[in-house]
Amino acid sequence: MNRVIHYFKSLLLIEMLQGMWLTLRYLFKPKYTMQYPMEKIPKSNRFRGLHALRRYPNGEERCIACKLCEAVCPALAITIDAAPRAGDGQRRTTRYDIDLFKCIYCGFCEESCPVDSIVETSFLEYHFEKRGEHIATKQKLLAIGDRFEAEIAAAKAQDAAYR
Amino acid sequence: MSDLLLVAWTLIKILAIAVPLILAVAMYVYWERKIIGWMHVRNGPNQIGPLGLAQAFADVFKLLFKEVTTPAQANQFLFYAAPVLALAPAFAAWAVVPFDQSMALANVNAGLLYLLAMTSLGVYGIILAGWASNSKYAFLGSMRSAAQVVSYEIAMGMALVCVLILAGSLNLTDIVNAQAGSKGPFDWFWLPLLPMFVIYFVSGVAETNRAPFDVAEGESEIVAGFHVEYSGSAFAIFFLAEYANMILISFLASVLFLGGWLSPFQGLPLGVLAAPGWWWLFAKAFLFANMFLWLRATFPRYRYDQIMRLGWKVFIPIAIVWIFVSGCLAYFGGVTVGA
Repeated sequence: MNRVIHYFKSLLLIEMLQGMWLTLRYLFKPKYTMQYPMEKIPKSNRFRGLHALRRYPNGEERCIACKLCEAVCPALAITIDAAPRAGDGQRRTTRYDIDLFKCIYCGFCEESCPVDSIVETSFLEYHFEKRGEHIATKQKLLAIGDRFEAEIAAAKAQDAAYR
Repeated sequence: MSDLLLVAWTLIKILAIAVPLILAVAMYVYWERKIIGWMHVRNGPNQIGPLGLAQAFADVFKLLFKEVTTPAQANQFLFYAAPVLALAPAFAAWAVVPFDQSMALANVNAGLLYLLAMTSLGVYGIILAGWASNSKYAFLGSMRSAAQVVSYEIAMGMALVCVLILAGSLNLTDIVNAQAGSKGPFDWFWLPLLPMFVIYFVSGVAETNRAPFDVAEGESEIVAGFHVEYSGSAFAIFFLAEYANMILISFLASVLFLGGWLSPFQGLPLGVLAAPGWWWLFAKAFLFANMFLWLRATFPRYRYDQIMRLGWKVFIPIAIVWIFVSGCLAYFGGVTVGA
């Protein structure tokens, strides 16, 4: 009996018509598409994008070459060399490289930093055009920090209550 | 001199069909991407031109400017003859399609037979394309499409037999006139031939190698099937042929089963609405053209053996039974034969 019912069901195309009814309803539904470069999804203040090295308001770089970020980095993407600075003999980095190909954007470096120097900005639309450009050097990171300082500070302030 | 004029007049008429057809194909491709996009809850092309309308033309020009490559081991002559063989029947079939009472390029008495011949010829282009490419994927695709088209041709032919039993004529204009009456859409052949109507359209989908019967292309299994080795304008011709065939099947389904240019309000006192006209035919064909896209957006591809089963063990038996039924209908006067 079940076979007979199944036979007539398939002959009357009932399941096919149900499927077509479904797609017909979806035809008129509002679309999910975000027109990306023109429209953007709101980002969290904890968003982890491109890295930056920050400075104090007086222009002094924050990084004290403690190498905690280098130690915590699970992808071994950070390389730091340190030496006493020429003028005042303070301990500073002579080299601070992040390999952006190795980096997994986990944010551990930011978490580990005792002076809030290395941070991840919300900037995510970047690309490399030549070999070697994927190594973010100290100069580049500081420049990114200068460019996004207002944004970074705002994001940090927003998050301060939860730390 | 009058012969020359006749040739020139015929050429003009051919152009009046072929040029809008090519434009219709371009817009149909755009519309397909839109409809399928909407059914996937996304927007479809919307960047090039207003509402993305220039997308189709951008695609066409891209294809035309691309290099046409030939596989080293391919049969040169057949490789380039195949797209032409696919395109020519797809366009030639339009010669007998009547757009209005006396608006057809050729009012042939054996129009239905001619159509059957032309739609069957299209498969040669596909077979030759797969064969001449000297590629395994292409060959597999062409073998599949050959078997598929031959199988569904039978069911399709039988559906047409039912139509001509009821219409009493092979002439497409007469077939439409035989559907005239005073009961609106209930005079058309879709009602007495409902199973045949479905079989005809599904066979049409299979004949044009469209989803869910597109195993000849089968991009998830055999890359692109018969046209895997074609690029640039050669590929564009296959594309054109496929979409021209889809539009043709849409028009034929409207002519044979939905009363062609007859109004769905025929016989009712509604003035202009009840008057027959080519716009009704185009509206009906648009409906069927959308069905193609709707089916593609809804159903996954049939497995190859299921396609064969559907064609041979479902459609053909039903078609044979319905030939008998329509014979009875015609003989015992359930449906008036002829105009």
